[in-house]
Parts: sequence; structure tokens; C-alpha cells
Amino acid sequence: MHIENLVHMLNQIEAFFAAEEDRDVAIEGIRNHVARFWEKRMRDRILAHLAAGGEGIGPLARAALEHLAQPKVA
Amino acid sequence: MQSRHDHDFGTPASPSTESVTLTIDGMTVTVPAGTSIMRAAAGAGVMVPKLCATDSVDPFGSCRLCLVEIEGRRGFPASCTTPCEGGLQVRTQSSKLAELRKGVMELYISDHPLDCLTCATNGNCELQDMAGTVGLREVRYGYEGLNHLGSQKDESNPYFTYDPSKCIVCSRCVRACEEVQGTFALTIDGRGFESRVAAGANENFLDSECVSCGACVQACPTATLAEKSIIQMGQPDHSVVTTCAYCGVGCSFHAEMQGDRVVRMVPWKDGKANHGHSCVKGRFAWGYATHPDRITKPMIRERITDPWQEVSWDEALQYAARRFKAIQEQHGRESIGGITSSRCTNEETYLVQKLVRAVFNNNNVDTCARVCHSPTGYGLKYTLGESAGTQDFDSVLESDVIMVIGANPTDGHPVFASLMKKRLRQGARLIVVDPRQTDIVRSAHVEAQHHLKLRPGTNVAIVNALAHVIVTEGLVDEAFVAERCEPASFDKWRAFVARENNSPEALEAITGVPADEVRQAARLFATGGNAAIYYGLGVTEHAQGSTTVIGIANLAMATGNIGRRGVGVNPLRGQNNVQGSCDMGSFPHELPGYRHVSDDTARALFGKEWGVTLQEEPGLRIPNMFEAALDGSFKGLYVEGEDIVQSDPNTQHVIAAMESLECLVVQDIFLNETAMYAHVFLPGSSFLEKDGTFTNAERRISRVRKVMPPLAGKADWEVTQALAQAMGYDMNYQHPSEIMDEIARLTPTFHGVSYDKLERLGSVQWPCNDEAPEGTPTMHIDEFVRGKGYFGLTEYVPTDEKVTRKFPLLLTTGRILSQYNVGAQTRRTANNAWHSEDRIEIHPHDAEERGIADGDWVGITSRAGQTVLRATVSQRMQPGVVYTTFHFPESGANVITTDNSDWATNCPEYKVTAVQLTRVSQPSEWQANYKRFASQQIGLLKAAEARAKV
Repeated sequence: MHIENLVHMLNQIEAFFAAEEDRDVAIEGIRNHVARFWEKRMRDRILAHLAAGGEGIGPLARAALEHLAQPKVA
Repeated sequence: MQSRHDHDFGTPASPSTESVTLTIDGMTVTVPAGTSIMRAAAGAGVMVPKLCATDSVDPFGSCRLCLVEIEGRRGFPASCTTPCEGGLQVRTQSSKLAELRKGVMELYISDHPLDCLTCATNGNCELQDMAGTVGLREVRYGYEGLNHLGSQKDESNPYFTYDPSKCIVCSRCVRACEEVQGTFALTIDGRGFESRVAAGANENFLDSECVSCGACVQACPTATLAEKSIIQMGQPDHSVVTTCAYCGVGCSFHAEMQGDRVVRMVPWKDGKANHGHSCVKGRFAWGYATHPDRITKPMIRERITDPWQEVSWDEALQYAARRFKAIQEQHGRESIGGITSSRCTNEETYLVQKLVRAVFNNNNVDTCARVCHSPTGYGLKYTLGESAGTQDFDSVLESDVIMVIGANPTDGHPVFASLMKKRLRQGARLIVVDPRQTDIVRSAHVEAQHHLKLRPGTNVAIVNALAHVIVTEGLVDEAFVAERCEPASFDKWRAFVARENNSPEALEAITGVPADEVRQAARLFATGGNAAIYYGLGVTEHAQGSTTVIGIANLAMATGNIGRRGVGVNPLRGQNNVQGSCDMGSFPHELPGYRHVSDDTARALFGKEWGVTLQEEPGLRIPNMFEAALDGSFKGLYVEGEDIVQSDPNTQHVIAAMESLECLVVQDIFLNETAMYAHVFLPGSSFLEKDGTFTNAERRISRVRKVMPPLAGKADWEVTQALAQAMGYDMNYQHPSEIMDEIARLTPTFHGVSYDKLERLGSVQWPCNDEAPEGTPTMHIDEFVRGKGYFGLTEYVPTDEKVTRKFPLLLTTGRILSQYNVGAQTRRTANNAWHSEDRIEIHPHDAEERGIADGDWVGITSRAGQTVLRATVSQRMQPGVVYTTFHFPESGANVITTDNSDWATNCPEYKVTAVQLTRVSQPSEWQANYKRFASQQIGLLKAAEARAKV
């Protein structure tokens, strides 16, 4: 899993949900999307990248990943 | 000639709901008002003699054979053109009628070859039948007069001949081409005795604009237009109704057989998707099923550079199972997965996902819908609550405005396109949103009111601009929205699209479409009556594919164009079973029926039925599998019916992933491009060799019926089952009907589906359950599946694939009428007569700038790679945009497409690749390497076959 690809995909997801003016709703949308559609290896990899500073990750996506502590879908 | 198994009522059915009662030959007959006397008689079992009439076209009244007598009326009216009226007393037989009919037949036969015993249609010829029916015993005029018996045959079409010497000029072929197909390629040339059927401007059939749909051949009452297969083989002895294995229209056909040999495929008149029509692929391009390239023996090898070894089924399956189990032991449960295909039946797809979930015990299963309509699944579920189109095909006949976005129906879904064109000829208005001037934009008697010729990659901007006009000009259907949609989401969306940055004027520079044209199109869509949207891969295969689907659903909801006939959101699915493969749970996050794997209740339901504990984590999508393979955590893959090496983007990346696998098992009918990297080859079966069902783009489930035994001894579902057994799982179905029974037990939208019901109804559209026991032609009638419709916000985000000075052109890819996707089937038929190579289409301005002439070899370079194709200089393109197809592996179309993909689903962005074109004189390095590798792999295959023969 190339981290550059994962960061790119994550930021694409952010770009969709960023249209939502309510920041919390946008963050929840990103979090849910990643939880529902990303395989565990992908999530683990991006979370490890976040833990290492998360270079390149957009602000909303960063917040969403921080909410992703529980991988189980709400 | 028609199928002998279809009843011909002579004229089309009347749609009237009022009825009239009359007497025919003393029988009281009640029929819908407007029914012809001929049809009413046929319904009562009285076959009035006829030649120019057939129920697929409007009555013509030229042959004068169907004359009848009506009490109280003078003369002998033609029963085909005379409508029934209440109280009429009709006689179809009298001595005078017999005399008249015999006289007509004498004239016909006086200019017709008397070669019935050696004629191809002997045994199924209406002219011959009518001669018998009227009791023709002599021709008083003799046969020596002026005649057409020496006319030359036109044998240019690879599938049928035109023999003018046998033509009776009934015009059935001409009318079928006009009314059924809508191409208007045929005409009657000349007058009086000189009258002859002519293709195009007196060209041969192959060179004319004839699309070889076969409607004329089917309509012909003589041997004038006859299938070459009939000429070669003779008449069929039995017929089996089955479903075409090509596009998402899912046409029903009679497979007309001699024993287990197909003689011809004839569209079934009662098929609800196609109503007796077909295209060149389904009608004629079935010869691949018995092509010499078919592999019929299982094969194994240790490494992909090793020769193949033909082995028994048991040995191949044990070998695959052993390697898969060893990989899982060494690398973990998640290190293997499976890919199924939209070319597989529902039952096969269901078994593949069951194999992965219950036997591999992970969710690493995906389908080729990943690379086509996965954004449809996401976007329609997000907004409407169900991952499917909302209408049946016939709904288009009640549309007043038809918007076609990113679809090329005359090439990709030709039989539905004929239906759409029929409605357009009746007066419906057309909006086309497409970078190219596709045939639907302007063809015979069809012209789009608005062609929004946008730049590739700007769909969301156009959809937002249309929405902006609807919202800001007060064109929203407020009552519908208030009753049917979530108010909060609508309010947000209304405010969002009303922003100035979403206006057509603000977006004109991005889309390239004049703002006024967008405004007019939006007004027409919102106020023109029933408005329906049809879209294809030009919508989905973008970085914002899912966003556009959401935007399309928004447009339909905002204008109240959903939930009744004539309207709706209609994805035109690429392959025959795209809808079905998605329904069957072949996405890595969803169980059958679109239930997320994290849904404890659904997982428990399937787990109990399958006797296993299922995993709750979503699995890998196809592109994720490639990534995981390259990083070493994904080592084994089972691929059924899909050619990922040819069809997925960035070929070099896909190949690298395939080469990194420890065990690749490919199940296919040919050694496809993916199989060249395989360690186990399991020979598959064509649609003619197995039982099952396909679900078409309108959610219609139709039967696929076995007409010949599997050439390799096993149907595909049996192979998957045997692989599961080899891995130690007890999977034991006796027939695909049992698999469907299990699907119905576990999937609410399929609860009412069974083979018995399909036998009874012919086909059924899901949801089919207690609430809708005979299926659901129109969805979301009273409420959306999700309850209230949800308006998603659709911010336009430009693709990362941008033009630069180095890559100044945008490449978009697609397919054409005569070839089908990776071409594995159609390339092995005579369809190559129309398209024997992929070419790059380029606008004359761009061509001239680069010194490129039509037919030149052109190097196409993108950020991903380079390939070489010949150029077609075409005004269909807009400047700055080039186009190619991907039907031939040596073309390397996907060598140049990139890894960019849809944000929600990873559906590749095939439709936007920045490229540069230059004239070249030799193939690309990739093509040279491909040629070497493919030659080596075919050599390894041939060596195995030769060894097995020794």
C-alpha cells in the first residue's frame, strides 16, 4: 500500500465531504467512508502514517482519522 | 425469416384499453380498439394469408393477399390495414377471396426461382407457405417473361446474404430497418418492375450504414435475406429460449439448434427487454463459443515461465487448493481473494463470493463492476437508497425529454437505443451531454435539441450548472420535494447549487459549454414533461464518478422526475450481468442484497446458512488487491471470467501485481491476457453451456439455459463448487436453481424469485417478494427505498489528470457497436469485418497541427506509458480531445490510462488521460515486449496441447 496513494485517496474523500458546511458532519462523513470501504491494511497504514505526522493529509481527513479509533462502523 | 417458435399476429398489438366486439368467420371476437382485423383473426386462431404484414412493423397493405370480406361493405379490404369496429361481420374465406389470392400468388411466383427443394429457407418460408395455403397449382403466365431471376447476390455481409432474385418487394426489411432498428439504411430503389431493396446509396450491405442488427433478415418472408449459417447448415430442429451474454440490455433469444449445435440466434418476440429485436453481437457473434482457441482441459504450472501441463480436473483443483491453503498458512487469512465478472451468471457470482467469504474466510472479493458502474451503486444508494436503476426499458416510450449523459447507446446498448430512437421519432426531445458527437446526437430522423459538448472531466460542473438554473429560475417541483425528500438536505443543496460559482456562466470556461445552451437544456429538462436520464460509463469512470451519479439523482428529485413511468435515473450497464454481479454481494464491503459486512444481523444470517463465522471487515477492492500484491501481503487470486490485465488501467502496474502473486488461478474460456500470468487454468463455459440467470440494467432477471454440454465437462458454477470442496468446504448444489433458492432465502429483494417463477413469467424485475410477487418495473413510486430522498452536495473538484504543454490533449476511451469490451468474444467472430483494430480518433485541427493524416501510425504518450495506434481523423471529436477503444490487447489502450480513480469507489478514471500524439513509424516498446511475451505464452499453451496429444 503506497502511502502516497492512500493519502491521495483520503484527500479525494475529504474533497467530497468538504462541501458540507458543518465541519462535524463532514468529518463524520469521511470517517464513516473510510471505516465502511477501506480494508484493514489500508486503515492501519494510514493511521500509522498519521501517527508519524500525517504528511499530506488534509485537515478534515486528519480529524476524521483521529475519530477512527474504533474501526467498527457506527 | 422469423423463428418458427414465435407466433406472428401480422400487425402490432393495439395499446388501447377500450375493446370492440366483432364477428370473424362466425366467431365472436373481442379485441382492444384499433386492433387490425388480421390480428384479431390471428388471436382467434384464424390465420389470414399474408406476405407484407408481420407484427414487428406497422401494416403496409401492399401484398393484397390478406383481403377479406366485410358484410355490408363493398370491395375486399386488406385485413392488415383495416381496424376492427364493433359489430363488423368479417369473412376470411370465400370463393372470390380464394380466386383473388391465388391470382396474387401467381404473379409473385411468376418472378421467383422455383428452387424450393434446394433453397435455404425450405421448411420456413412464408412465400412457400402461402403458395400452399392458397392452393397454387399453376402459373398461367409462364416463367419466360421479364424477371429478376438472374440478379446477383450480395454476400458482403459476413452473416447474411441478400439475393434479389428471391425478393417480392414486400418492404418488410425496409420497414424493419426504419421502425424496429431506426437506422433507415434500406430503401426500395427504382419504380415498378425495377423496384429492388437497396442498402445505403446502392452500396453493398457491408459498406452501407447497415448495422447488421438482423431485423431485416428476421422480417424477410422469403430467402432474399437469409443467415449464412442457415444456408450452410439448414433449418434448426429445436429451439431453447436463453439470454444474450453481451451488454446490459439482456436480450432474450431463441437459440435455434440442430442437436447440440447452434444454427442461429433469433431474438424472442416475448422477451421483455428486447421485444424481438437484437444487435449484431447477440444475433450473430456467437461463434466464439466453439472457436478453436477454446481451452477445454485444466492446466497447471509452477511458474509462469514454465510450460503448461494438462491435468485432470481433480488434479488441477487439488493443486489450486493446496497452494491457496499454503499461502494462507504462511501469509495469513487475508492473503488471498477472488474476482468475479459481470459475464458470469448470478449463481456463479454468488458462489464466488461465497467461496471467498465462507471458505477463504475473508471479504477479499470484487467484480469487474469495480471498473464500470461501482459509482452507480454508491451514488444511487446514497441518494435514493437502492443501488439500481429506477425504470424498465419500456418506460422510455412515455418520456417527453430524454437526457443522455456520458453514454453511447447506439454502440453500447443498441437494442435499447432503437427503443429510445423510436420515442424520439415520435416527438420526445433529446439532450446529450458528451464530449463527442455520438450517433444519437444526429442520425436519421433523430436530432438532439441540445448537445452539451463538454470537456472530459467536467460532468459535475455541468450537472451543477443544470441544477443552478433549475433552482434559481424557480423550476423545482416544490410539491414533490416537500413530500418525498429530506427537507434539510434539500435546503442545503438548494443553497449550494444556487451559488454563483455553480452558474452556467461561471462554469463555461471549465466545461467549454456555452452558458445559454446549458440554461436552455435545464429549462427543457425541468419543464418539458416526463424527463428521464440515461447515463453510462462517461459518468462513472471519472475521479468524481460517484459525485456525478449523486448529482443526477438530485436533478431527478428536484424536478419530480422519479417514481413513475417515463422518468427516472437509468444507468446503462456495460455488461450483461453488471447489475446482477453487484446484487450478488461481489463487492468486498457488501453481502448479497447490498448489506454491509459490518451488519451483524445480515452476517449472522449468512453465517448460519453457510455454517461459518463471517468476517466483519471490508475486504480489498481490485486496485487495492494490486497494491497489496505489490507490497507482499496479497499472494493468491482466483479470477473467474474477467481479464484484469487487459481491462484495468495502467497495464504495467497490473502486470507487476500479477507477477508478484504466488498463485493465480484463472477460470475462462480462452487463454486471456490475465491467464498468461496464471499458475492454474480452469476451463470455463460459455453462456450456451450452462444454466443460470442474468440480471440486466432494468433489474430484470432472465434465464440462461444450457443448449450444449460444457466443452470442458463442467459448468462454471460446478468448478467453483469443486474448488470449495477441494479446500475442504462442503458445497453441494445439484443445479443452479438450488443456488437461486438460497439467494431468495437470504435476500429480501429476491424472496419471490425462483426458476419456476421465471419459467412462468419469462423474466421478473427485482424487488420480487411478498409485496411485489411479480416484480417491480418502476421503483420509488410512493417513497424512496431509503424513505425520504437525500440530496447530496456535489462540489466540482477538477481531476488531477490535467493537460500540460507536455500532455496537451485529453484521451477518452469507449467501445463500439461491433466489438465488446476486451474483445475476447467478438474478436473471435466475423465482427472484425467492421472493426479489426483499435484506432485513435483525432479532430482535424489537432491532426493537422501534428502532421497526422488519416491512417498514420501515431504514438500516444501519457504519464503512465506509451502505445501506438493508427489515426482516424474525425469531426466527431472536439479539438483537444482524442478517443480510442480497448478491444484489442495489442493496442495497449490501458498502457496509457492511469491509476486515477473515483474518490468513493476506486472506479478508474478511464475517461480522462492527458496525452500527447506524434507521428511514428513503429510500435511502442510496450507493444514490442507484449508481442514477445504473448507469443511465448501461446507457445507454452500449444506445447502443452501437443504433448497431451502424443
